[in-house]
Amino acid sequence: MKLAYWMYAGPAHIGTLRVASSFKNVHGIMHAPLGDDYFNVMRSMLERERDFTPVTASVVDRHVLARGSQEKVVDNITRKDAEEHPDLIVLTPTCTSSILQEDLENFVERASESTEGDVLLADVNHYRVNELQAADRTLDQIVQFYIEKGRKHGDLLEKRTEKPSVNIIGMSTLGFHNQHDCTELKRLMTDLGIQVNEVIPEGASVHNLKRLPQAWFNLVPYRELGHMSAKYLEQEFGTPYVDITPMGVVETARCIRRIQQILNEQGADVNYEAFIEEQTLHVSQAAWFSRSIDCQNLTGKKAVVYGDNTHAAAMTKILAREMGIHVVWAGTYCKYDQDWFRQEVSEYCDEVIINEDHGAIGDAIAKVEPSAIFGTQMERHVGKRLNIPCGVIAAPIHIQDFPIGYKPFLGYEGTNQLADLVYNSFTLGMEDHLLEIFGGHDTKEVITKSMTADSDLAWANDGLSELNKIPGFVRGKVKRNTEKFARERGFVEITAEILYAAKESVGA
Amino acid sequence: MTLAETKPQALDFECETGNYHTFCPISCVAWLYQKIEDSFFLVIGTKTCGYFLQNAMGVMIFAEPRYAMAELEEGDISAKLNDYEELKRLCVQIKRDRNPSVIVWIGTCTTEIIKMDLEGLAPRLEAEIDIPIVVARANGLDYAFTQGEDTVLAAMAHRCPTAEKATEPEEKKERNAISSLLNFGKQKEEVAAEESTYHDHEPLVLFGSLPDPVVTQLTLELKKQGVKVSGWLPAKRFTELPVISEGYYVNGINPFLSRTATTLMRRKKCKLIGSPFPIGPDGTRAWVEKICSVLGVEPQGLEEREAKIWANMEDYLEIIRGKSVFFMGDNLLEVSLARFLIRCGMTCPEIGIPYMDKRYQAAELKLLEQTCHEMDVPLPRIVEKPDNYNQIQRIYKDNVDLVITGMAHANPLEARGINTKWSVEFTFAQMHGFGNARDILELVTRPMRRNNSLKDLGWGKLVKEEAKV
Repeated sequence: MKLAYWMYAGPAHIGTLRVASSFKNVHGIMHAPLGDDYFNVMRSMLERERDFTPVTASVVDRHVLARGSQEKVVDNITRKDAEEHPDLIVLTPTCTSSILQEDLENFVERASESTEGDVLLADVNHYRVNELQAADRTLDQIVQFYIEKGRKHGDLLEKRTEKPSVNIIGMSTLGFHNQHDCTELKRLMTDLGIQVNEVIPEGASVHNLKRLPQAWFNLVPYRELGHMSAKYLEQEFGTPYVDITPMGVVETARCIRRIQQILNEQGADVNYEAFIEEQTLHVSQAAWFSRSIDCQNLTGKKAVVYGDNTHAAAMTKILAREMGIHVVWAGTYCKYDQDWFRQEVSEYCDEVIINEDHGAIGDAIAKVEPSAIFGTQMERHVGKRLNIPCGVIAAPIHIQDFPIGYKPFLGYEGTNQLADLVYNSFTLGMEDHLLEIFGGHDTKEVITKSMTADSDLAWANDGLSELNKIPGFVRGKVKRNTEKFARERGFVEITAEILYAAKESVGA
Repeated sequence: MTLAETKPQALDFECETGNYHTFCPISCVAWLYQKIEDSFFLVIGTKTCGYFLQNAMGVMIFAEPRYAMAELEEGDISAKLNDYEELKRLCVQIKRDRNPSVIVWIGTCTTEIIKMDLEGLAPRLEAEIDIPIVVARANGLDYAFTQGEDTVLAAMAHRCPTAEKATEPEEKKERNAISSLLNFGKQKEEVAAEESTYHDHEPLVLFGSLPDPVVTQLTLELKKQGVKVSGWLPAKRFTELPVISEGYYVNGINPFLSRTATTLMRRKKCKLIGSPFPIGPDGTRAWVEKICSVLGVEPQGLEEREAKIWANMEDYLEIIRGKSVFFMGDNLLEVSLARFLIRCGMTCPEIGIPYMDKRYQAAELKLLEQTCHEMDVPLPRIVEKPDNYNQIQRIYKDNVDLVITGMAHANPLEARGINTKWSVEFTFAQMHGFGNARDILELVTRPMRRNNSLKDLGWGKLVKEEAKV
């Protein structure tokens, strides 16, 4: 047993559902007790999704414990097949079904005899893998299933497209800025004269998976999702893949050069050097930014970085290599893939921290006292308590990290966004610091926005101390209401009692 | 035969498949740890439980909550590790770091399936580490959302002292927190004089967790009638749990507390006052009246008080009168809210509800029926264990004006031009008693008021029509 308050990566079934619900017309059925379908709330809230999340639960209750859930699971699968005609139903095990050890594979077989669509059992073990690993595995499973099905039916499209083309693998629902990244990568491919063959899983139809082999190469922008599928496609069809995350100026260039190499190996004869130079020097503002006076002021400032592998590694390199910032430590919660992380960032920071315990990460931040933090929502909160600004660069994330405006992290527009994120974090910190030294913007004390500047009312000590207990965001309102109440009744001094009497009278 | 006579004459109860969305009952820790200030809630479950709590409680998780997960690992499931030793290690750590007056263990689906004997382990560990350990099995196999509180309060009821045990003065003083709160700052003689303003009746204890201001309001409401509330389960602190002896009257203020009611009747030998719940001015009045009638007190001035509250809500009533409301069902407050909204002039085709205890809710159901007759509207069908998919088909068909539903369905329904109100808000809002009735309507009318401000924009339906769905 482990005492835990907070976790960075969710349970396995979340990963499976993220992949399943990213595809078009794929339905996830969770084998889970009542209340475990919280995924639907997250998708509906965080992504502000207009459509019903295609996930339902086959509810495990007392009766199921007594009788086994075969009948119910099979019924639920065939029912969903008839109601919504999905192309694929993914039966998703949860922690509960892991310990029930029922033969779900068998249920899937039974059900698929009477369904029009396909049925798959997600091959993930709750106690062995987390959300990210499960997502990677599920995507791989679905890709393999449809490649094999295509082979069987003889309709696999193995012939390479005439012009260079790419599959973008790893865009998914509830992924950090995935939708914007996807748009940016498509734009980048178009600029490079590369056709986008397929984007999976987000927005893809499973019927199109048989077209995957016709791409010249696969692009896997995120470390966490898509590697297994890319490796499988390489092994089956010899399709090479590029797994350099195009995040930051240097890495974007490296990614493009790698694409160039791969295409030329296949006889494309392309040269992207001029494009890279044009973008770097004139389109992206990031290179110019690192040369500007603003960025000079950031030289040697201390920062810490924490997040998933992709974003924490890329951020560390950007800060150290492109902006001259001193990254004291860089950390990840992707413990299962820590060797990769170490290798990526070791030369760009003083220390590498691999830890999933938010308490330990908080302590590590407090110890270092950086000028800025780049982390998850949890680190943002640590920053608030320590008065250190924080830029959010990775999940877990809140609704404000699903902006409506265009905010990619990848590609050349991504470099602009990152420059803003970094610069704004640091200047806010500086401003704060200066304000403290010089005693605030304005030395005249501003207590509240009141109607008249000089109040005829006095606050008694106990009244004032009660007032201060009221949360800041309503304090002004309470103060005004109380003063109005006191004035109307002719009190000259406001005590705690009057404050509460006023509160009752307005019911606020 | 006229059309009116074809209306159903009695409430129609149905039961569907139970494929509906609700919160897991472990969510009760979120409001109970705040209510019981010296408690610590330990949820013994998996990452799935933790992920739910962390996301559902949003920002609260950052405020150093007095709850944590005892996250089970593979070794715990396969019984490679000793449950007792593991729990002891964690509870000792909690005692050292937080020093609570009680640790509440929340059993989950996993502890049920692997049959971890929490009730057996707790007394042993309690003796060893010297902190009370209360066990509540608030799991998704058996319960929905607010029923979690019911399992916790039923377990707490066993910890309430009886009158004989609580005779030491120090002890008594502590248990009297509510009355000392109300008598704050008064002279002894004044208190004595005030005591005499109460009618002489058997002790009455109320149960159900409410925010402190609402506790005060309801207590004062009964005080106006000369009815004294001797205690409240739960109290602000575990050490202030009320004295409950044989023969005491008890009354539940929320519709989901049937296990607690049963425990108080069967184990503590209390007499349950079955009343409608004090939700809405009609409910509050019926609640006061029922308590008074059982205790032999003639209620005073209720009619005027209720009328005044209704008059004060007229602006909101105008908005909803004649509109229909559909409860998808997820928190067991549905019947009381529907009854109140029908009294407000709405119609209600369907009340979905996770679980319906017809005995515990008897008075509320009767009031619902009576309200429908008096307002001359058809009786709603009550659908227990609803099926969300079927419900959505019925919502389309019935052309409902307002759907009260969980967050999983709210945005998709809004995108299809259907007004929704998020049901969980009712659980966290202060809505009991006369004074808070307006707050309920504040919530209910919000989608309509929002639409009034946006109505001319032509943005009703925001999904593309496709052949199916």
